[in-house]
Amino acid sequence: MRDLKYVFSYIRPYRRDLVLAVALVFVECVFEMIIPLLMSDIVDIGVAEGNLEFMLVQGAKMVLCAVIALITGLMYARYAARAANGFGAGLRLAEYSKLQSYDFSNLDHFSTPSLVTRLTTDVTIMQNAVNGGLRPFVRSPVMLVMGIAMAFVLNRELAVVFLIAAPILGLVLSVIVRRVGPLYSRQQRAVDHVNGRVREDLTAVRAIKAFVRERHEAERFDEVNSELSEASLTTFKNAALNQPIFQLIMYSTVICIMWQGGNLILKGKMTVGELTAFLSYVLQIMNSMMMISNVFLMISRSLASAGRIREALDEKPVLSERKDPLKKISCGSVDFEGVSFKYFKDAKKYALSNIELHIPEGATVGIVGGTGSAKSTLVQLIPRLYDPTEGTVRVGGTDVKDYELYALRDAVGIVLQKNELFSGTVRENLLWGDPEAEDEELWEALRTVCADDFVRKMEKGLDTDLGQGGVNVSGGQKQRLCMARTLLKKPKILIFDDSTSALDTATEGRIRRALSELKDVTKITIAQRISSVAEADMIVVMEDGRIHGVGTHRELLLTDDIYRETYESQMKGGEEDGESI
Amino acid sequence: MARVFSGKRPENLRQTLGDLFSYLGRHGILMLLVAIFAAASAGANLLGTYMIRPIVNSVTDGSGTEGLLRGVLTAVAIYAVGALSTLCYTQIMVRAAQKILYDIRKDLFEHLLRLPISYFDRSKKGDLMSLFTNDMDTLSDALNNSFSTLIQSLVQTVGTLTLLFVLNARLTLLVILCYIAMFLYIRYSMARSKHYFAKQQTRLGDLDGYIEEMVSGQKVVKVFNHEAANLGVFEKKNDSLRRAGTSAFSYSATMIPAVVSIAYINYAVIAIVGGIMVMNGSSDIGSLASYLVFTRQSSMPINQLTQQGNFILASLAGAERIFSAMREEPEPDEGKAELVNVMEDEKGGLVPCEKKTGRWAWRLPCGKGEPYSLVPLEGYVRFEHVSFGYAEGTDILKDITLYAKPGQKVAFVGSTGAGKTTITNLINRFYDISEGSITYDGIDLKDIKKGDLRRSLGIVLQDTHLFTGTVADNIRFGKPDASMEEIERAAHIANADSFITRLPHGYDTPVTGDGANLSQGQRQLLAIARAAVADPPVLILDEATSSVDTRTEKLIERGMDSLMKGRTVFVIAHRLSTVRNADVIIVLEHGRIVERGSHDELIAQKGVYYKLYRGMFELT
Repeated sequence: MRDLKYVFSYIRPYRRDLVLAVALVFVECVFEMIIPLLMSDIVDIGVAEGNLEFMLVQGAKMVLCAVIALITGLMYARYAARAANGFGAGLRLAEYSKLQSYDFSNLDHFSTPSLVTRLTTDVTIMQNAVNGGLRPFVRSPVMLVMGIAMAFVLNRELAVVFLIAAPILGLVLSVIVRRVGPLYSRQQRAVDHVNGRVREDLTAVRAIKAFVRERHEAERFDEVNSELSEASLTTFKNAALNQPIFQLIMYSTVICIMWQGGNLILKGKMTVGELTAFLSYVLQIMNSMMMISNVFLMISRSLASAGRIREALDEKPVLSERKDPLKKISCGSVDFEGVSFKYFKDAKKYALSNIELHIPEGATVGIVGGTGSAKSTLVQLIPRLYDPTEGTVRVGGTDVKDYELYALRDAVGIVLQKNELFSGTVRENLLWGDPEAEDEELWEALRTVCADDFVRKMEKGLDTDLGQGGVNVSGGQKQRLCMARTLLKKPKILIFDDSTSALDTATEGRIRRALSELKDVTKITIAQRISSVAEADMIVVMEDGRIHGVGTHRELLLTDDIYRETYESQMKGGEEDGESI
Repeated sequence: MARVFSGKRPENLRQTLGDLFSYLGRHGILMLLVAIFAAASAGANLLGTYMIRPIVNSVTDGSGTEGLLRGVLTAVAIYAVGALSTLCYTQIMVRAAQKILYDIRKDLFEHLLRLPISYFDRSKKGDLMSLFTNDMDTLSDALNNSFSTLIQSLVQTVGTLTLLFVLNARLTLLVILCYIAMFLYIRYSMARSKHYFAKQQTRLGDLDGYIEEMVSGQKVVKVFNHEAANLGVFEKKNDSLRRAGTSAFSYSATMIPAVVSIAYINYAVIAIVGGIMVMNGSSDIGSLASYLVFTRQSSMPINQLTQQGNFILASLAGAERIFSAMREEPEPDEGKAELVNVMEDEKGGLVPCEKKTGRWAWRLPCGKGEPYSLVPLEGYVRFEHVSFGYAEGTDILKDITLYAKPGQKVAFVGSTGAGKTTITNLINRFYDISEGSITYDGIDLKDIKKGDLRRSLGIVLQDTHLFTGTVADNIRFGKPDASMEEIERAAHIANADSFITRLPHGYDTPVTGDGANLSQGQRQLLAIARAAVADPPVLILDEATSSVDTRTEKLIERGMDSLMKGRTVFVIAHRLSTVRNADVIIVLEHGRIVERGSHDELIAQKGVYYKLYRGMFELT
């Protein structure tokens, strides 16, 4: 419930609309209550006394009430829609803004699909709760109170029946709601399991077919399908009790009232019209209680979503800036001083241990190492995508924590291993690097990474649409566009995390030479191929989260066995042609 | 209760309803019971209200307490039946609905797995997901609520109208007039709201697409300090959705007050006209009283239908999407040849056996005499003038002829889009060729049962996908009954054992979210282990080691070479060091074979491969 309160606080900017909507529902209720009264007058006074004029006047009043109820109803629709949609939009915006403040470790914490669900489906569910729930939520209690009041006004003696029936109904319905609430969250978990299994299998459908695992996957699906089926059955079985119990109590009440009312009429203490009106109030009161229980059921269904949204909004970014951060990065030197790092606090093993490394400004550095040796982790500490668990990372001699994050990341250009292009044209993607860049500069950057040729050959050049996630270009083209985009930032430090793997050695060599023109820029390259790093001023060999060796190509060939083995594994068969790198 | 409706309406209502009813029919008895009890419940409700007249009349016509008692007791009986029927139909409906939903989910899932790869190529994953999420959800809600509501509303409407006719035929004409007005209004209103909802749906799709793309690229966003710029775009899209949503909602929410108001006006008119009739003496006051109660009640089923109308249509649209996916043609599989384990009998001939012997044969049915013939599985793969394109008119592969002999390692090199992966997609029949023929041990691929064909081929695919479960489970994917030793041996061959043993729980470490907690290279090692544990007669490695460092790659190669000794292996790789040791290297360019031969032969030829190898030529 606290989650709900928290999430619903986002309706605040639309408080005016909400209040108006509530007030209109109130007015609507009042008119609806008056109508049966007018009606009973027509029958009891008009018809009984044969007063046609009176009947017409009352009839006209009824029509007037209906018209007013219509107008308020229409106005309500407008304000409620404004409040509900404003609330949904506000919630989404709050979540998205929060997401922008997430660090890499926050993003690691939530998976992409779970974040997407929190931003889309969950918000829609909350919005629907407001949109669908507001009217009955206000209307039902109002109708309930007014109905009871009117019943008492009409006939005190008969109304006593309510004093017994209403609490019983309320009690029973609240028991059901209490029982069903937690069942809904169990059901929601089962739904998540089904969706998770489907998503996984749709993604991996080729693997499933290749290994002929269709039947096995169908069995696995059957597990979650049955789980959902059972959970839903338990939930709805309980929720469905609502209706018969409601009917039972309502019918009993009606019968009591008929009996009592009939006797009262016999004694001349009540009129026929009064009894009819009274019965319609009974229906109204009972209906509103039913509505209230439905609203509660709906709210308990949205609880799970509210909880998930709150989790996303409550997530605290781990990295913080100091009070008066430095905004200028003096130069592109990088120092690792006693750096150790692990991704999770309770992880047993450090991903990086005790790294000591000094990279001077303008140097060209290569990083090689086996699968899982933490090469990427190492470079991600430089633009402060993560903070080291121990030790200090310095850029330009200053602890990276002392810089403003924006300035630091502006000065460090990194091409991530898993890099993404976005829907839009080539130009739009490149402008991410520098929104002000002229076409001239874009071509310049494309030239540096040998991408100018294929972009020029594209039908619309810079205006070619890349499709969602850049599906319209090949792997090698994508890598080069990503590099160009980073170059446009004109960073002091350039980091390429295995970003030339899809390029042939010749193209890669040309790019390397073009980049070496950037004298002041520190260039750090992670690579699988020794040929990509052999010419570097300094090569770092990583092994299992530690530095195994540092030196030039020649030095490492002599001193570092891993480096030598890697080199040989790539060169074997090449030597007999009398040529190495 | 208002809901978000999609703007999509069912296109082919009759077929969708037909499909839906065939599912309802599977639980026909339950559905029949629901219909009966729902009708009984609605009828009792009506009759109970009808009792008001005799009761009120009994009071006024002077039959006294006794008459009152009789009337009330009848009402008790009727109401008891009503409440009991309600209990029955709601409980039965819940069970029936869950059974039906279970069936549909199961059939849909199993059907999807049977569809050809080309179906998954042309469908967006999000759309397929939405079949299980949005469409199933609305269908579930509709089954849980709408079916019985529909029956009840129908019974009530017809019943009320009949009773009204019995009570007062002339007044009822007025009521019917009012019904028609409501009906026309609802129809008009729904047609108009369709437009608003369609607009809302487009904007919602636009925003959801943006969210999906940006959330998955969020790390890149951060690296480029692009947060503020993105927020601006998001705000714009978000706000346009808000505006579209507001108009759609406010429009749809006008329906209920309008219908209610029409009902009130009708009520007033009936009261006055009825009053006049009582004064004329053509009706009695008791009848008028109960008539008025009925009139009020008669608008309730219409209210309910109004509230459910849009919703039922939306759920039918969802059902239509589900059923049309289920009508997609599954992968053709007309092959007869089966894969069997074989052993040698005393005479040196082959006989099938249950045991895993490490030797396989194709069992071919033959017409006369013997029930089958056995063709030993050796791994001869032969392409004869094969042409193929994913889309009509654009051939990816052109006139490919090639042979792979058992024990050979055949490598494909070429630039992206040259058709390397396509060749392997044809061998395991992810796609069927348009021209030429492919044979496997002399048998046409189309004559081999698909499952058996694929079981005979171990494949490590370009994209590695892991499943929820432990590391061991993921390796076991290649062979469901693999023992722990076999798994560890396979992991050792794939050189994955060293990183697995360093994981927090070793082989029992859970893999979550498609292996998000593992590096790209580690995932590839697991995929190789998965193929190794299957111990297949033929192995296809499609860029299997692209993210693995070359040193580890060499170790894997050694392990795989000993495992696959004497068997056929296909290797696709970008990295030339990966293919150098192959017996035959086939160089593809634009869907054609341009060179073939061993590494040394190709180097000596000084052609495309030579240029590639020297880095003089670009692979894109």
